[in-house]
Order: sequence, then C-alpha cells, then structure tokens
Amino acid sequence: MDAMTDLPPRPNRPVYLDNQATTRCDPRVLAKMLPYFTEEYGNPHSAEHVMGHIAETAVEDARAEIAALLGAEPREIVFTSGATESNNIAIKGAARFAARMGTERRRIITVATEHKCVLETVADLADEGFEPVILPVGADGLLDPDALRAALETPTLLVSVMGVNNEIGVVQDIRALAAIAKEAGALFHTDIAQATGKIPLDLTGWKIDLASVSGHKIYAPKGIGALFVRRRPRVRLTPLFSGGGQERGFRSGTLPTPLIVGLGEACRLAREEMADEARRIGTLRATLLDRLQGAIPGIAINGSRDARIQGNLNLTFPARAAADIMAAVPDLCVSTGSACSSAEIEPSYVLKALGLSDDSAARTLRIGIGRFTSPADIDYAAAALVAAHRGQTVAEHTAQRVPPP
Amino acid sequence: MAPAAMVYLDANATEPLRPEARVAMLSAFDGVGNPSSIHRFGRSVRRVVEDARESLAARFGGRPGDLVFVSGGTEADALAVHALGRDRRLIIGATEHDAIRSAASGASVLPVDRDGIADLDALRVMLGAGGPALVCLMLANNETGTIQPIREAAMLCREYGALLHVDAVQAGGRLGGDGFPIHPREAVAPTTTTTLPLREGAGGRGRHPQDRAATTPPPTPPSRGGESFGLAMPLPIQPLKHGRTVPPPTGTADPGSLPSGVSLNTLLCHSLALSSHKIGGPPGVGALLLTPELSAIPALITGGGQERGRRGGTLAAPLIAGFAAAAAACGNAAGLAPLRDAAEQAAIAAGAIVCGGGGPRLPNTTCLALPGVRADAQVIALDLEGIAISAGAACSSGKVAASHVLTAMGMGDLAAQAIRVSLPWNATAADIEAFIAAYQRMADRLRPTMAPRAA
Repeated sequence: MDAMTDLPPRPNRPVYLDNQATTRCDPRVLAKMLPYFTEEYGNPHSAEHVMGHIAETAVEDARAEIAALLGAEPREIVFTSGATESNNIAIKGAARFAARMGTERRRIITVATEHKCVLETVADLADEGFEPVILPVGADGLLDPDALRAALETPTLLVSVMGVNNEIGVVQDIRALAAIAKEAGALFHTDIAQATGKIPLDLTGWKIDLASVSGHKIYAPKGIGALFVRRRPRVRLTPLFSGGGQERGFRSGTLPTPLIVGLGEACRLAREEMADEARRIGTLRATLLDRLQGAIPGIAINGSRDARIQGNLNLTFPARAAADIMAAVPDLCVSTGSACSSAEIEPSYVLKALGLSDDSAARTLRIGIGRFTSPADIDYAAAALVAAHRGQTVAEHTAQRVPPP
Repeated sequence: MAPAAMVYLDANATEPLRPEARVAMLSAFDGVGNPSSIHRFGRSVRRVVEDARESLAARFGGRPGDLVFVSGGTEADALAVHALGRDRRLIIGATEHDAIRSAASGASVLPVDRDGIADLDALRVMLGAGGPALVCLMLANNETGTIQPIREAAMLCREYGALLHVDAVQAGGRLGGDGFPIHPREAVAPTTTTTLPLREGAGGRGRHPQDRAATTPPPTPPSRGGESFGLAMPLPIQPLKHGRTVPPPTGTADPGSLPSGVSLNTLLCHSLALSSHKIGGPPGVGALLLTPELSAIPALITGGGQERGRRGGTLAAPLIAGFAAAAAACGNAAGLAPLRDAAEQAAIAAGAIVCGGGGPRLPNTTCLALPGVRADAQVIALDLEGIAISAGAACSSGKVAASHVLTAMGMGDLAAQAIRVSLPWNATAADIEAFIAAYQRMADRLRPTMAPRAA
C-alpha cells in the first residue's frame, strides 16, 4: 500500500468520531462537578448536617434539570450507574413486580436492534417464566407499528423499544409506539441513552412509563445514569437490589453527588444547545457524506436517512473491510459496531436485522459526530477514509503529536 | 453554604477525596473513549482500567481477573449474595449493613455480643444445623467500627463447607497494606494460606512499587501476644467476652511488620466488597473481589458482556482510576486513633457511653451514646456548632429510628441516643479540639439534669 502524502492539515490529536460509543466529558460539566469531588464532598443522605445538606441540594437541582430535559417531574427521576443498569431495573423490575402481583400477562416485546443489555435482560426473564418476543425491523431499521399491534394481540406485560439506535442512529416513533402499547394495556419502556439531548423528548406527554438515560453519551461522566419512572399513573417496580433505601427504594447505594451534578449540567446544556448543535452537526455530517459519496461510488447508508439523529452515519463501503480501513487510519477513531461488542469478530446483529449480509456488515463503519467535532476533523476524516478505501495507509502522526491525554 | 470552619467527622458516610485520587481521576477525565472500543482512544482508556484493576486486586490479595467493577459497596454486596448465595442457606451478622440485610432477606441472623462481635459459637451451631450456607460478615461496622473475627469465622465456614462473603467497605482503606491483624485472637501465625496465584499479564505496565510489594505475601508475623497493634487495645484480650473497660492508650504500635489487613488471603474469605468513596476515592464505583474458584459468577446487571459477563455497563474509567489511586494511597489509619481516643475520653467525661468500645475497632470511629438525649437532637446541635457527624448510618439517617446495630448489641434505649464520630483521613488535632468543645457544650445543654454524670 502507498503511504498517504496529500492529507489536509490534521488536528494535532486523533480525530474522534465515535460519539455513539461515548462522549468526552464536556469541560463545563467537569468544572461544575469538581467542587463536589473536592470541597462539597458530603454524603447527600447525611442531610442533617450542613455538608450533607449541600450535597442533597445539588442532587435535587440536578434531578430537576434532568426532568426538564425529558419532560418529566423531578420525582420521576431515579439515579442509577448508567443506562445498562436502568434498563435492567426497568425491565426486570416491572416484570417481577407484575408477576408478584399475580398478573397473567407474561409477554415482553422488544425489537431485534435493541442494545444488547435490553436483549440479554429480556432473555434472562425467559428463565423466570416470561415470554420474550423479539420483533424484526424493516430495512430502514424502523419498527412497523402494525407488527407491534399484531404482537400485542396476546396480552402483554411490557414493550421496550429504544428511542435512537446506537449503531445506525435511527429514531423510532416512540410516541406512536407507546400509544399502541398503552392501548393494549402494556407498560412501555424506552432506552433513550442515544436520544437524550439529541432529539426533543416529552415523556409525560407521550405517556411513556419507563425510560433509561446514560450520562456518558451526553457529555456527562461515565458511571451515572437515570431511570424515568412514571408517577401518574404510578409504575411499580421490584428493585434489582436493595440496601439503604435511597431513591425511594428503587435503587439503593450512596448517590454519587459529583456525577449527578455532572449529569444535571449536561442536561441543562443539552436543553439550551440541542437545536443549534443538531444544525451544526447536521452540516458536518452532510459535508462528510458528500465527500465520501463523491469519491467512493457505491457507498451505502444503512438505516433510514430521514428518521435519524444528526450525528450518526453508518456506511457500508463497496470494496474494503471495515477492519482494514480502521487499521489504515489509526488516527481516526470510528467503529465497526457497538462499543461493547467491538472486540468481537461476529458481524453486527443490528446490521443483520436490517438484512445486510455478513459480507456487507464486515464492510460497514459507524461514524459518530459530536459536540467537539470540528470542520477540520471532518476534512481529515473524509480524506483519510477515501484514501484508506483506496488501499493507502494513512501514516500515524507520532512526531509533534500531543498524546491523547 | 458551609461555614468556613466546618469540621467534618463523618468519614464513614463518605471520605474526602484523596489528592492522589483526584489527580488520577482528572487525568482519566481528559481522555475520551469507551474502554470497550478497539480504536486507540478505547485502548488507552482500557489500559487505565486494567492498570487500576491490577493494582486493586494486588492490594486486596486477589487476581485482576477475579475483580468485578460495580457501582459501589451496595451493589458489590448485592452481587455477592446474588451470585454466591444461590442454593445456599444465608447466615448474616446481626450488625450487617442494610445492603446485606436487604439482599439476604430471610437469612438466619448471627447474634453479636455487647461490643458487636459475632458469636462464633452460635455460628458453629448454625453452620452445623443445615446444608451448605453463605455467611455474610462485615469486616468493620459502619456505626461502631467494630472489627469482626473474620479469620476465625472463615475457618469455621471452611470446616462446614460454607462460603464467606466479607463486606470490607469501611475497613478497606483503614486496615490497609501495612495494617495489623484483624482480630486479637487471630494474632498468631496463619495456619493456612490460600495460594496466591500469579498475576496475569505481569508486563510491568506502569504499576506502583507498592502494588508489586503487595503481590508478595507478607512475611509471617511473629506471635505478638501482649503487644499492641496500633489499635488502642492491649493483648491478650478475651475476644468474645470483653469487659466494658475503655482500653488504655497505645504507644508501641509497629504495624509495618504485620500482615496486610484487608485481603482475601489473610481473611481467608471467598469474596470482598469494596467501595471507592469510603477510602477516599470518588463515589460511584466499587468492586467485588472473588477467589479464583468462584470468579465466574452470574451477573446481577446484565448486558454488553463487560466484566466477562459478570456486570454489564460501560466501565467508568476516571472513577476506576481514582478508586485505585485512593487504595494505593491508603495507609494504616492507626494514626487517627490518638485523636479518636481524645475525642472519646472527652465525651465520656461529658457523660457519653462508648458503644462497642470494648472490642477491636477501626481507629477512626467511635459511637457515642448520650443517655436521655435523642440522636437527631445531638446531630442538629453539633451541626449548629459547625461539626458534621451523623446518627448511625448515613443512608438511614433521614429516619429517626433506633440503630439496628446498637439494638443488636443490646443497647436498649441508647440505640436511639448514639451518634457516630468518624475521622476522615485528613482529620487534624484542631478538628478534635473543636469537636470536644462543641460536644461538651451540647452535652451540658441537652443532658437531662437528673442523669448521673459519669465520674
């Protein structure tokens, strides 16, 4: 392979286009968190003393920010360690509580392209006597409402459909799907880890029962997330584990005040900046896509083009394996699928659900554009991907490079 | 807003962040990437996580592959009971944290004596009375600091084919690598040790020197009957039948030559629950460390395949880095004992009764009952004086309930009249002076006039 020589000037650090795997903690979020790590470190459950009370106030302020972004009441927000835990609590908790109350309903409906933790949680419940139903999606990655209606003909306990897919970025019409589920008397849960801060949400207005939020997908730290639990009518859950009884018994354990403050600030920023940010990111994506399509005839976009968040591209290249492209551009961080499974050799089950062959899936890259992506990053990424696809190796910048901190 | 001179003596609720943890955490926050991603960013974050895992596993006497990162102590306890308690009877100490009490609902309860120390004769009877059991016994209690005779309990468990889970959340950073024996009656050379397996991938990637030291089993200690261990406590001592005497101050501590306090190897237990924010690391992360033969456990939180299927969810690299740095920075907290003792003596002089004062305790903790004065009134009065302490455990301190710990110790009405004073790693003599002055004023004001004053 020839070495590249004519790349555009590249930022002095690797270009990070994997914002569906995780996002950089926004410096403004970090700044807001830091005092709660170092000075206001009281335990928010020790509210009788001043330091505990300061922490408790910070936690409640953050709860209100999160609720505001989601269209919820603060009391409907339960803090967890992340969306995976939220999904576990929501699905297992709702199923186990309903079963304990003697419901006849055993069916739990979800979708083939859900995050692995949802699929595994639902599979776990099969061992407890529940009946998982995994619905297919169309070639555009969207769930057909009629397929849901058909599945709901058997009385169903819970429906779980993600708001935005983590690999292909498609946006399900959760408002409409929730209405269908509610009509059939089922609870409706949605994993909004990838939707939060990206698209407008109104959980109360949409009659969502349960929704899972992740911090590190929205420029907040890892290790914090939230679960929305509807109060009117009240959704009841059996907790996954208990202890000190924090979070109204839904989730025990000391609340990590600084992380919660970070999540609150990230939600506040998202609420203020979401519209502008989506426009800016959409422009960057259009530029990248234009250049790739211009230089690589036959490149294909997976998933709906319209019902899609601005930051995501999922592209099948005509001629080269995704792993080879990635190896050829070591300074460009993109991925072949979800991060959790990115070390796996298996083709993405999401892409297979869209009908891609194993061979096509192996030529597919996920590109996640985010808040800190610059036009220069896009210039570099476009040129580097085109070169890599031609079989050229894009030299790693080792000299002068500021190492990834 | 906190008064400028707030004195923080509520370390058992949460420890202030250690500077070493802050540096490690901030450095990791500067990185971006999901540790499961295979690109360069992901790999560099992964390395941060794996270095931390090696360091923590070594410090607590296990293998890196047997350490599962979780969100904190509560989840670690819940995971242990979920995973190790399957198809086993559950036996838990009467003074366990609510995390264990909730996870092991329906468990048989092992009684404790007046100092909060588990009755091992009762444990033997309970173990002999049925099939295989999981026993949950905390190393140090969060309210009284009482240290349980874990090694002895572990021997019994092994004799009866039971598993032993140890909640080391409070002890983890306070009976550290240069610590002291866990219990006076165990202060003899270990008769058995589990083999310390070689660490995986010992490639010498940026480990701290002390981590390396921790991989080598510490020298077998000489029998040290009659000497002091850095705790304010003499030896020998009747382990299960303590008198109510306040131990004389120590002066001859030589912790350096003694075995590591908190380790799977020295405790001979099957799993250890650890919490970052209780040892001066950031909140939101903890770990369950398992013995190799039990390491392949079923998950409580499933999905994504992280932690070899034992715990789903993206690993929080900055928190994990801070956790490991805090653990590496923790020494023996025995240096806090003189300050704690001074606070305690002054409180006794003002009419307080020390709960659990007759047994071995964490060096930073004292539980002070003031007869006739409700705990919440004491907490509020001290808060107004600028002293942050708590009534019982932080997680339950919103309620005005009697402490289950003190009730189990037979403290009666005093169980609702006790405060917990727990010194953080950075407590100063000035903090203790301020506490003493405030406590005396509080006791003078709140104590019923008819109550007999302690001599």
